[in-house]
Amino acid sequence: MAKGSDIRNIDRRFIFVLVLAAVVWPLLHPLRLPMDISPPVQSVYDAVEAVPAGSIVMLAADYSPDTMPELQPMAETFIRHAFRRDLRIVVACLWPASPPLVEQALGPLSEEFGKEYGTDYVNLGYMAGGIVTLLGMGASIPETFPTDYGGTSVDEIPLMLEVENFDDIAFVMEVSAGTPGTREWVQQVQSRFRVNLASGTTAVGAPNFYPYVQSGQLTGLLGGLKGAAEYEILVGAPGDATSGMDAQSVVHALIVCFIIFGNIVYFVSRRSEKRLAQDV
Amino acid sequence: MRRVIPLAITFLIGMFMLVDFFVPHHVVSSAAAEMKQWGTIVIAASILLGVGNLIRVHYKKISRKQEGWGYSIVTLSVMVVMLFFGGPWGTIQEGSVFNWIFLNVQVPLQSTMFSLLAFFIASAAYRAFRLRSLEAGMLLVSAIIVMLGRVPLGQFLTRGLPEQATLPWLTETIMAYPNMAAFRGILMGAALGVMAMGLRVILGIERSYLGGDK
Repeated sequence: MAKGSDIRNIDRRFIFVLVLAAVVWPLLHPLRLPMDISPPVQSVYDAVEAVPAGSIVMLAADYSPDTMPELQPMAETFIRHAFRRDLRIVVACLWPASPPLVEQALGPLSEEFGKEYGTDYVNLGYMAGGIVTLLGMGASIPETFPTDYGGTSVDEIPLMLEVENFDDIAFVMEVSAGTPGTREWVQQVQSRFRVNLASGTTAVGAPNFYPYVQSGQLTGLLGGLKGAAEYEILVGAPGDATSGMDAQSVVHALIVCFIIFGNIVYFVSRRSEKRLAQDV
Repeated sequence: MRRVIPLAITFLIGMFMLVDFFVPHHVVSSAAAEMKQWGTIVIAASILLGVGNLIRVHYKKISRKQEGWGYSIVTLSVMVVMLFFGGPWGTIQEGSVFNWIFLNVQVPLQSTMFSLLAFFIASAAYRAFRLRSLEAGMLLVSAIIVMLGRVPLGQFLTRGLPEQATLPWLTETIMAYPNMAAFRGILMGAALGVMAMGLRVILGIERSYLGGDK
């Protein structure tokens, strides 16, 4: 009984060290495991490919630094995909921490593709209000976001002169970590203004949005780091998400081992406890 | 009157927004668009109330030396520092102190906090995920399939098997059928609840948002 109890109450620091090793080891020695593309991710890629060159697309970035490892690669890959297809990007955020994070992606990628701020892309920054802001954008995006992230009036930005409301946006990629996020975009924008909408969310949030994919309200879905990695592969630019998949593979396998081992210990110690009780 | 006027405003604006949804006339939609702008302004202004409340709560905690009052000092100090650097010198310019603190302090701190979840989930999986009943067993098997099926390792482990036996296929099936059915039920229930609550607020039956006991 004592032994079973000891193993059940194993020092959690031992578990933490194993998890750390499971994260670090594959990063230092990549396994390069093969990866197929899941249908919801393929749909996102196909939807962006179907947008005519020169159209205006929107990146709705609604996340904060805590979910950056999963969501930043999605935003980066979408920007890369859009720039490569000569789509023009309008960035709008309902989370205050998002604009500087998107800036980190826009800066290097605009340089790489030779895109110019104001004509090829614009960052409208953050606007408080959540659902109310979304509804306001349905009426008028320039009135809802009167200035861009840098404080320049949208009337002075050439790209924004072509944007009045969602009728002028050919596709919206919503990268979201919570509320307000994908659910609000589907319920308030897609259902009302019939916007062509796809979403990228954290792995833990993705199961919530499968009904919207099946109903066609979301044209596609990037779920967690794997969704981001698949999208990177489709776009032909493997990056942080792809390299992180090996680490995630090993950690998931380790957690499965913990679950199985924990249950074996549980059943063995329970049986020995019953035997002891019978003996007494 | 202190209750009648807010209830009347809620009723009128609520009904008007409902009308806006179903009547696409430009007079209605332009008036509704104006109201949505007011809504954005009101919500933005409420952030100031939030800051005031934050100061009040933490000041009270510090002055009474309640448990964890040291953290309150840190909270208020950081807020003052960020206001100091963000106000006169701006928040977004590349190289500004505010931006530097955000990218080099807040980003790594928040990422670290979220990353710690992996360690606690692993520990909890070992200690708490027990096969105690049929339902727990179903949950456990689904969790193992989805956890392995959502990573390339799952594809690697089941390579060579018929497609319907591979972990990625099983994962997509679990997500697209049982998971979706459950979430659809939840969504429908929540939507009906929101509709009922919306009507209760508009009609003045639900008054808790006004504060007070009644």
